[in-house]
Amino acid sequence: MKYAFEKAGESRSFPAGDDFLNGAVGPDQADVVIYSGARFTPDPRKTAILIELGMDCLGDHINEDEPSHANVLGFARYRNGDDSPSRLIELVRHPKAGEAAIAAARDLFAAAGLEVSLCNDQAGRIISRLVVPKYNAALRFLDEGLATQTDMDLTCKLGLGYPDGPIERVVRGGLASYYQVSKDLFDAFGAPAFAPPRRARIAFKQAMAKTDTPKG
Amino acid sequence: MTRAIRTVGVCGAGGTMGAGIALVAARAGFKTISFDMSEGALDKAAKQSVDFLDKSVTRGKLNGDKRDAIVAAMSRTTSIDGLRDCDLVIEAVFEDLSIKRDLLGRLDGACAEDAIFASNTSTLSITEIASGSKHPERVVGMHFCLPAQLMKLIEMSPGILTSEETFRTAWQWTEACGQMPVKTQDKPGFILNALLVPFNNDAIRAVEAGVAEPADIDRAIKAGLGYKMGPLELLDLIGLDTQIRLCEAFYPITLDPRAATPPLLRRMVAAGLLGRKSGRGFFDYQGNAMFGA
Repeated sequence: MKYAFEKAGESRSFPAGDDFLNGAVGPDQADVVIYSGARFTPDPRKTAILIELGMDCLGDHINEDEPSHANVLGFARYRNGDDSPSRLIELVRHPKAGEAAIAAARDLFAAAGLEVSLCNDQAGRIISRLVVPKYNAALRFLDEGLATQTDMDLTCKLGLGYPDGPIERVVRGGLASYYQVSKDLFDAFGAPAFAPPRRARIAFKQAMAKTDTPKG
Repeated sequence: MTRAIRTVGVCGAGGTMGAGIALVAARAGFKTISFDMSEGALDKAAKQSVDFLDKSVTRGKLNGDKRDAIVAAMSRTTSIDGLRDCDLVIEAVFEDLSIKRDLLGRLDGACAEDAIFASNTSTLSITEIASGSKHPERVVGMHFCLPAQLMKLIEMSPGILTSEETFRTAWQWTEACGQMPVKTQDKPGFILNALLVPFNNDAIRAVEAGVAEPADIDRAIKAGLGYKMGPLELLDLIGLDTQIRLCEAFYPITLDPRAATPPLLRRMVAAGLLGRKSGRGFFDYQGNAMFGA
């Protein structure tokens, strides 16, 4: 299946140097067109049009009731902050998405060696929706003195078989960027479990202060 | 002065967790007395323990002499007085505060004045359990993970009145057994369950909210985070009825909305979908068909 990659700026899912970018062809030759940062153009002749998402929803880009958008899907390759992209593609469908477009997108990403999870167009998709409350709880437990960071991370690795502990993972990915993820979900759901934790708020403020510092 | 641990008692040793703890103790060279009210359960656990040791020999992880020494170190009793010589008694009885408190009161009468009592509770307060003993300073939390004979982690928690000496002695004993203790405060669920129970509930709620099918959720968690098992597959393994019990233990004491039982979980249990043990939960274990939103 031939695909085109229309991007404006760096793609979080497929950053510069990613092999996937090398396989792209021109839009006219492509069955599937992937948009990353670039404004998307509806084209019902294409098997699928894929819009790369950040913390936004697919519905922010399309009109679900518009028939010419039936072949449009969203996607994001999961990354923990600044970590390298994982093997997971969260493929986002809207209520009137066509099955042919979904099948084509699955095949395309699977051919690139990626795992695809299909989800509906909800804030945080699957991973962020599930891990942010857990990571927030872990950071709060740390503040409350439940255990040391080392012991909390070790407990999750030894007791649950996780490859890394929740706190080491959030810190490695970047607490400042984590703040933004947590805040976006808190804004979307309003549930306290998503409220940015103290350590992330501080990291974000410090990062902003550095950005605001006059240079020269 | 630190008490020397030579003889270890395990209460509830007819159960899976208790039997595993007894194996940990005996394997480390401690004289181990398994206590349970049910002789049949003790017999069954003893057979499973011997089977486990025999497999370890077959796999080359244990030699025959060591196996024989471990078996010889293990004995059984259905009388609490049979624990009178124990320096350390670990309880792994049913997760019910009144049962555990009552047991500690009985152990007070059966054991030496300076014996240490450890609770394997995963959800209850060590301080509340310790209130069943006249000597709460000698009670400590010692939460093993299933299966205890394979998992190294132990969450060690002092109650409010636990003495430093008790905690230190119990900690050193776990290290002598080759385990890896971590220290946590006496808070609901300690570390493991405080993180895991709400997380698993969130996964159930994601199914209920139509975020994705169970298989897609589990695939995402495994591929995205590198977990060995997705939360819904894990819930099927734990048992959906067990998850309800965990929620019912957690929610009233934390009032954390994430710890409240998700309505879908109640409906599934009411329908007899308990997970692997009933053949169907979020996944179907006969035909691999999926259940979900």
